[in-house]
Amino acid sequence: MPKMKVAVLGDTATQFLGEMIRAVAYERVLNIEIWESGYNQIETQIAVSNSELYAYKPDIIVLFFATHKLLHRYNTLSPSQYHTLAESEHDRIIKLVENIKANISAKIILYNFYEINDAVFGSYGLKTESAFIFQWHKLNFELMKTASLRNDLFLCDIDNLQRRAGNRVFFQPAVYLNSDMVFSIDVLPEVAAKTVDIIAAINGAIKKCVILDLDNTIWGGIIGEDGIENIQIGTLGIGKAFTEFQYWLKKLKNRGIVLAVCSKNDEQIARAPFEKHPDMILKMEDIAVFVANWNNKAENIKHIKNILNIGFDAMVFIDDSIFERGMIRELLPEVTVPELPEDPADYIGYLSELNLFETCSFSEEDMQRTLQYKIEAQRKINQQSFASEEEYLKNLDMVSVVETFSKYNIPRVAQLTQRSNQFNLRTVRYTDADIEKIAFSDAYLSFAFNLKDKFGDNGLISVVILKKDKEDSLFIDTWLMSCRVLKRGMEQFILNTLVMFAQENTYAYLKGEYIPTLKNDMVKDLYKNLGFEKKENYWILDVEKYKKLECFINRK
Amino acid sequence: MDKSNIIIEVSKIFNEVLDRDDIVLNESTTANDIEEWDSLAHIHLVVAIERYFKIRFTSKEIQSWDNLGELVDSIQKKL
Repeated sequence: MPKMKVAVLGDTATQFLGEMIRAVAYERVLNIEIWESGYNQIETQIAVSNSELYAYKPDIIVLFFATHKLLHRYNTLSPSQYHTLAESEHDRIIKLVENIKANISAKIILYNFYEINDAVFGSYGLKTESAFIFQWHKLNFELMKTASLRNDLFLCDIDNLQRRAGNRVFFQPAVYLNSDMVFSIDVLPEVAAKTVDIIAAINGAIKKCVILDLDNTIWGGIIGEDGIENIQIGTLGIGKAFTEFQYWLKKLKNRGIVLAVCSKNDEQIARAPFEKHPDMILKMEDIAVFVANWNNKAENIKHIKNILNIGFDAMVFIDDSIFERGMIRELLPEVTVPELPEDPADYIGYLSELNLFETCSFSEEDMQRTLQYKIEAQRKINQQSFASEEEYLKNLDMVSVVETFSKYNIPRVAQLTQRSNQFNLRTVRYTDADIEKIAFSDAYLSFAFNLKDKFGDNGLISVVILKKDKEDSLFIDTWLMSCRVLKRGMEQFILNTLVMFAQENTYAYLKGEYIPTLKNDMVKDLYKNLGFEKKENYWILDVEKYKKLECFINRK
Repeated sequence: MDKSNIIIEVSKIFNEVLDRDDIVLNESTTANDIEEWDSLAHIHLVVAIERYFKIRFTSKEIQSWDNLGELVDSIQKKL
């Protein structure tokens, strides 16, 4: 994994925070390096274009403005100006952000403001514009609105940590007074963890799938013994807890997390509630892969992994049984296996505190993901009935649409660069903003490939970015592909397309590079297999001598 | 707890926080005597001592100590 350089800037003493972020990242095997500015240097480090900050060239900048300082500025305003605090602070912070972006293309993680309630107006402050508490709420909300429009700015929810910890744990006023450190030592690990969650997501470490047990996990009781009319869901028994839990899972699914079922049951019996029970929130169409049998769950999870083609480390396994959890932890240590509280009423609260589903993008296509995986599962079953792979591929009626990057596909393209780990030759991560730059730059050529077949639309599944290298050669800066469409001849189709483009524009060579990571072993020999020749650390393809590769995909 | 016993306990905390095993404190020890004892380490030490003895110092106390003996006085008052 490439090293991420993280700069931490705060308007209070941040030394312990930087140290803690480093420790948490180390624990999670993230390769990061921390640089801290001196005490309260935010403005100078950002304003001066030859500052140490810019010389360090961070990939990520963590900005921490303390509410203590905000309150101090409020206190020193004339009362007639109190109501302007949120607006002027918002503008000041966003100006700093823009200033950073004018100098470097780092991603910015901004801590939102934790609460200080001076109680000068009591609760009446909530309806008094000039009250500090009013301005505090407003500032946080204005920052949310601005961040929602920018893809280079991520907010870290420190306010939420404070609520969870409570003020007595969150602050240590005597230490603050003496050292200007805001957070108590006890809460620092959590602040760091919340920060590292975002850093990891930016780095592509995200969860993509939740694997669910059924009995006493998503409904109360045991379907095989109690029968469909006696499982607890809806109004029966403690069914309400499970109904709410299912709503939570459904929201995850709608956000793009794929749901799978892994249950020790007879399949017919296990499916029945999804098909027939009126109170079930989750239906069969919400489940991408449904596995119910009596095999051991580790084997079943491997099977689910093969169908979905994602890494074990992108999976979360939720099961009420200590035995099953223990077994998966033992046999598949990369799978995230959270504990589950004794009382189902505590499931959601406990799981949400773990913040397992951090992300750094959200696109329309996320909502369709389950459907696409279901189609893929169907394809796999269909495949088995054809004599040869060729026969099968011909039969799929595959059509690919090739586009350049545009405002319609930029979010999805960026997301693919962040999420794709296996079929990814150089694993360069780009944000929406980066991709936008590439789209409008003369130095780059962009390709976005869609694939449709008779089972449905796979959507945008592959991205290639070519960089003009020399007059006669194009460097393949990025080539990645969603693993959903492996073994369809898409690689051959893409290379045919690239070569045709090179020929039409009188380029003589394509130059490729493979940068190994822990996960992209599958494309180690891609260039070799496609006819590139190795020259030093690069792979070169002579466009002139290229013979079109066979594939069964038509360009639309 | 008498003063000498507190100093023994505090010495253990110092060795642990500063990652050493040879620090022996006495009432007249100051930050100048121990290389690692800088302002950051000081906060570490204060929090560790608070936690060990289950006490909280006031902000005034944290600023007031001129040597280890005075710190130990603060601890003793709270036990």
